[in-house]
Amino acid sequence: MSNIPADLKYTESHEWIRAEADGTVTVGITAFAQDALGDIVFVELPKVGNTYTAGDDAAVVESVKAASDIYAPVSGEVVAVNEDVAASPESINADAYAAWLFKIKPSDAAAIDGLLDAAAYGKVAA
Amino acid sequence: MTLKATPLNNAHRALGARMVDFGGWDMPVNYGSQIEEHHAVRTDVGMFDVAHMCVVDLEGANVRSFLRGLVANNVDKLQVSGKALYSCMLTPEATVIDDLIIYFINENWFRLVVNAGTAEKDIAWMNKQNEATGAGITITQRRDGANAMALIAVQGPNARAKVWEVIPQAKAPTAEMKPFNVALVPGTAFGEAMVARTGYTGEDGFEIGVAADQAEALWNALNAAGVKPAGLGARDTLRLEAGMNLYGQDMDETVNPLDAGLAWTIDLVSERDFIGKAALQAKGQNAQFVGLILREKGGVLRAHQKVIAASGETGEITSGTFSPTMQQAIALARVPMGVAVGDTVHVEIRDKKLAATVVKLPFVRNGKILVA
Repeated sequence: MSNIPADLKYTESHEWIRAEADGTVTVGITAFAQDALGDIVFVELPKVGNTYTAGDDAAVVESVKAASDIYAPVSGEVVAVNEDVAASPESINADAYAAWLFKIKPSDAAAIDGLLDAAAYGKVAA
Repeated sequence: MTLKATPLNNAHRALGARMVDFGGWDMPVNYGSQIEEHHAVRTDVGMFDVAHMCVVDLEGANVRSFLRGLVANNVDKLQVSGKALYSCMLTPEATVIDDLIIYFINENWFRLVVNAGTAEKDIAWMNKQNEATGAGITITQRRDGANAMALIAVQGPNARAKVWEVIPQAKAPTAEMKPFNVALVPGTAFGEAMVARTGYTGEDGFEIGVAADQAEALWNALNAAGVKPAGLGARDTLRLEAGMNLYGQDMDETVNPLDAGLAWTIDLVSERDFIGKAALQAKGQNAQFVGLILREKGGVLRAHQKVIAASGETGEITSGTFSPTMQQAIALARVPMGVAVGDTVHVEIRDKKLAATVVKLPFVRNGKILVA
């Protein structure tokens, strides 16, 4: 039941993070998270241009049964949001790693190194 | 603390159900997508393990008069064997102990079905009243022990046909049976089966009671016949769309039933006295129980969210969800008396106040959306 791509980073709060070639990071929620939430029916994305400190509430994902806060994994500025996911929240259930939520330009390029790797997240999502 | 398990626990796990602690019971919340399970019930047929609910048999010469005093609805509406009645049982202060269904079998036997989490409380209360009134009836719970029964709810437009396929002996006694009636069917492959045309989904169907040790065989037979297992997640979205109250959420022992949309279940017309009647007449109704449909994007309506009327007065959502059939967030709410159907109110969700329309319940019945 382990769907944890090796090339991504993770947080204990079940976000996945992908480092992009242009220095930005892409953020979504993991397969474990979407399975725990059940059918997702609403996504609230941050505004492009918002800045966050790591750990701030950045987005909300609501399933039929629960609302879940999504946190900025690193400090920085939101440079893009995925309007497709906002329009079709259920796409997160279909493929959590394709259904990215937002992209951040980190204020500290090295911050991503401090996040969990796949093996470490595997222990969290056991 | 070990969770309690119904006789279907292994069956749920074999089907890959996601299990949760539901009031001390280890229950399936879904077997995959709760939205798909919901749609299956509205369009075809699904089944629910409701064996955590408790059948209670009341027997003896004085059962009818005992029930006349015990519950807020009038059991004298039950004159033909098999007829059922939905009622609340009230405290002397006119708050709700539980909501339940009463089936009239014969003058010496009425069968009740009460909620899982309140069964012990209900039976203790009934025993106390039995002593206090000297009614001398026999009260038998049928969830645990030697006489245990297990209930499975089969619901949807194709539910009755599927049940007749799996329990052919049930067809003759129930083919012409109207809603809110029960038949006791002997000689089925699962022993004697209680087949009630009742449910908690707003669709047609049967709630079936068999001996607890027959439940798994019945469940598996229904599954093999194509009846889709549905969990508590779908059960909640279905009952909310159908405008049906959930004890412990929409009302409890702090709530007057008139403020929970239950006036229709209370007989204040007849001369009959019942526990809570005087307090009910003294208090009257002080809040309305309405449906809400969220009109602005921003989240999902949920229990305890504050509702702000145009007047500035506030109320509260008691149950909320995202309606799979309507594709909108809907809720049941307790609001001030001045609020009218058709009004726009605002609901506080996180940092926003989002507009919602007040509607008359139910939202959905028999697969059809009744509200705009």
